[in-house]
Amino acid sequence: MAIELKMPALSPTMEEGTLARWLVKEGDTVSAGDVLAEIETDKATMEFESIDEGTVGKILVPEGSEGVKVGTVIAVLAGEGEDASAVQVPEADTSSEEQSPEKGGSVTEKGEKASASASTAELMEAKPTPRKADPEIPAGTNMVKVTLREALRDGMAEEMRRDERVFVMGEEVAEYQGAYKVTQGLLEEFGPKRVIDTPITEYGFAGIGTGAAMGGLRPVIEFMTFNFAMQAIDHIVNSAAKTNYMSGGQMRCPVVFRGPNGAASRVGAQHSQNYGPWYASVPGLIVIAPYDAHDAKGLLKAAIRCEDPVVFLENELLYGRTYELAQLDDHVLPIGKARIVREGKDVTIVAYSIAVGLALEAAEQLAGEGIDAEVVDLRTLRPLDTETVLESLKKTNRLVVAEEGWPTCSIASEIIAVCMEQGFDHLDAPVMRVCNEDVPLPYAANLEKLALIDTPRIVSAVKKVCYKG
Amino acid sequence: MARASNPGISKKSAAAFAEPQGSGSDNFSLRSLQDTLESDRRYQATQEELLHLYEQMLLIRRFEERAGQLYGLGLIGGFCHLYIGQEAVAVGLQSALEEGKDSVITGYRDHGHMLAYGIDPKVIMAELTGRQAGISKGKGGSMHMFSTEHAFYGGHGIVGAQVSLGGGLAFAHKYREDGGLCLAYFGDGASNQGQVYETFNMASLWQLPIIFVVENNQYAMGTSVKRSSAETEFYRRGTAFRIPGMKVNGMDLLEVRQAAKVAIAHVRGGGGPVLMELETYRYRGHSMSDPAKYRTREEVQGVREKSDPIEGAKADLLKLGVTEEQLKDIDKRIRATVSEAADFAEKSPEPEPTELYTDVLVESY
Repeated sequence: MAIELKMPALSPTMEEGTLARWLVKEGDTVSAGDVLAEIETDKATMEFESIDEGTVGKILVPEGSEGVKVGTVIAVLAGEGEDASAVQVPEADTSSEEQSPEKGGSVTEKGEKASASASTAELMEAKPTPRKADPEIPAGTNMVKVTLREALRDGMAEEMRRDERVFVMGEEVAEYQGAYKVTQGLLEEFGPKRVIDTPITEYGFAGIGTGAAMGGLRPVIEFMTFNFAMQAIDHIVNSAAKTNYMSGGQMRCPVVFRGPNGAASRVGAQHSQNYGPWYASVPGLIVIAPYDAHDAKGLLKAAIRCEDPVVFLENELLYGRTYELAQLDDHVLPIGKARIVREGKDVTIVAYSIAVGLALEAAEQLAGEGIDAEVVDLRTLRPLDTETVLESLKKTNRLVVAEEGWPTCSIASEIIAVCMEQGFDHLDAPVMRVCNEDVPLPYAANLEKLALIDTPRIVSAVKKVCYKG
Repeated sequence: MARASNPGISKKSAAAFAEPQGSGSDNFSLRSLQDTLESDRRYQATQEELLHLYEQMLLIRRFEERAGQLYGLGLIGGFCHLYIGQEAVAVGLQSALEEGKDSVITGYRDHGHMLAYGIDPKVIMAELTGRQAGISKGKGGSMHMFSTEHAFYGGHGIVGAQVSLGGGLAFAHKYREDGGLCLAYFGDGASNQGQVYETFNMASLWQLPIIFVVENNQYAMGTSVKRSSAETEFYRRGTAFRIPGMKVNGMDLLEVRQAAKVAIAHVRGGGGPVLMELETYRYRGHSMSDPAKYRTREEVQGVREKSDPIEGAKADLLKLGVTEEQLKDIDKRIRATVSEAADFAEKSPEPEPTELYTDVLVESY
C-alpha cells in the first residue's frame, strides 16, 4: 500500500512551514531513518526522516514552497513490491486536516475551550458540599495546660502509635530531640527506624519523603524552618502536589511537610519569612497554619491521616506558649474549616497563625472603646474557608485582615479579592489589610519591631473601617 | 553539631535503621561488581527468553516511530521525547526485576520503560494523544505517566527529581521489609543535578535497596557529555559515597541483562545501592522539536549501523536458530499492535470537560 508522507508538525506551536529542500527524488529507495527533506519551522530547520521503507513515488510539494500547512500530503512512498511510478496520488485535500479536531489547538480554539470550561466550573460549584464542623467537646472533659510544642509532639506520637506507616524524618529530629524540641521523646518511644535524622540536605530528603509517600508510607517531613524548604520547594510543588492530578487519580502522595514558618526573633531576613501565600497558591496542596494547641494537635493529626499532601506551617514564637487543651482520646479536626475565635458584631478581623493572638488582643482593646470585633482564625489556608469569612462579613459588614507576612500577593490579598467578588453587597467600607512592612526583615531590634505587624496597627485599621479612626 | 561531635552515637542510630556495611572497612571495593560483570559479560538467554526481549525492544522502536509520526500529524502535542536507540536499557534491566515486588521510576523519556513493563501500548498512546482512555486520563501527557499497578512510579518532568523520589521508594521497600528494590533511571544530564548526590549520600548512609541507572545517551539536550561534565565516567560518581559502580554497554541487550543480574544480587543481598552507567545513544533529537544540529548525521548513522541493539539481538537470535521468517512474523505482529494502539489513541474521545476539576485532591474538604 502506498504511504502518504504528510507535512509534519515539528514543534509544539508549528502550524505551517517551508519545505526548504528535498534530499530524495522520485524513484529513490529509502529506508527508515533516511532524511527525506529539510523543513523550516518557526524555530529551526529540521530534518524530515523516513519512518518506513519504500520507494519515493511522487513528490507533490516542490522544494522552496512556503506556508505548507501541517498535514498536507507532500509525497507518496511506494511500499514493498509496489510500482513506484504507478502509485495513486491522493487528491490534494488539506481542508479536512484543517477541520480535524485533533489538530494542535490554535489560540482562538483554546480561548473557546476556556470559556466553555467556565460554565463547567459553575456546574461543579453548584454542587453543595456538606459542611464539616469541629466535633463537640463533651461536657466535663478534663482540660490540661500544654505548650504548643507538646501538643504537636503528642499529635505525631498518637498517629505513630495508630499507624505503622507514619514516620518522622528531618534534621536533628531524633537524637538532638528536635531543633525546637518538637520531636522530643519520639526517638525513645519509636526507635531509629521511625524517627530518622537526616543530613543537612533539604532537597534530597524532601524528595525521599515524597517518594516514600508515593510508595505507600505516611511520612512527616520536618524542616528545621520553612526558610530551608525553599531548597526543596520543587518536590513540594512539582512532585507532591501534582502527582495525583497528572496520574489521573492513580498515584497519591500523603506526605506532611511541617516546621516553623514566619518571623522568629532577631534572626534576620533569610530566616524570617511567611510561606503561607506561596504554598496556598498551589492547587493540589493542603496548607494549614494553626494558632493554638487545640487546633495544632487536631489539625496535625488530620494532616497525617489525610490522603493529600499537606504543608503544615507552625510558628517558632508560639512553640513555648501554654494553652488549654481538652483531654480527648482522639482529637481530630476538619481541614478546610475556619474558626470564629471571638464573636462580635461590628467588624470582622480575619487572621491566622501568630496574628490570631494579635487580633484577639486588638479585639479586647477595641471592646474597651465600644467596638465589638469578631475574630476569624482561618486555620487552613488552602482550601480557604471563604464561607465562614463571608458569613462573618454579612454580619459585621466590615473586615480587616491581619497577617504576619508581606502584603503583596498575600493571604490578605486573597481574602480581599474574595470579599470583592462574593461579598461586595455586604461591604460598608473597603477591606483593609494589616501586614508586615514590604521589606526584608531587618536585624536591629528597633527596625524589626517597625517591620512587623502589631496590635496597635490592627486597632488603627479596624477603627478606619469603622470610620472611627 | 551532634552528628559531628559524637560519631559513636550517630553510628548506633544509623545501625538500628540501616546496618551500614563495611563502612571504614578494607573489603569495600568500588570495582567489585564491575569485576564480576567483566568475568562473564553476557547473559545466557534461552531462545524463548531472547525472543521475548527482542519483541519488547521492537515494540518500543515501532511504538516510538509511530509516536513520532502522530506528533508530525499534530495528534500529539507539547514535548515528546523518543526512546529510539536506547531500547536495550529498559528491556534488559526491567526483565530482570521481580514484578509486584520491585519499583521503577524514570524521567520524562518514559514510554520505553512503560512498554518494557508490559503496560498496554493502547493506553500509553492514548495518553500521548491526550484522550480520556489514556493512562493518566489525558491529564499527564508524554512526560507524566504512572502505573501503580505495575509499580511504575513515573514519568517525571523535572530533571533529576526522580532520583530522590526513587530514594523514597527504596526507603519504603526497606521500611516495609518487602524485599523489593527500586530502579531509578536518569540521564547524563540529570547526573549534574545536586539532588542526585544528596540522594547518593542518604542511600548509601542508610543502605537503601536502589539501583541508580545513568542512561548516558551522550547528550543532555544539545550539550554533549564532554561539554557538561568534569567526570565523564558516570559510574565513578558514586565513589565519594562508597557506592560501587558498573559501566555497561547499553547497546547490548544481553550485557545489560547480565549487569542487572549482578547489581540486583548485590542490592538484594543487603549490599546497599549500586550505580550503573549504561552507555547508549538516542537516534532522534532530544524531543520532537530538536533539530539535533549539535552532532553530525554520520555520527548517528555510525551508531545505527554498528551497534543498533535490535540488530544485535537479531544476530543473536539467528545464531540460536531462529529463522528470518519467524522474525518477519514478529515484526508483522508488532506493527499490527502498534497500528491498533495508534487507531485507538486517535479514535478515543478527549476527556470530559468536568475532568478538569477531578483528581486535584483525593479527599473533599
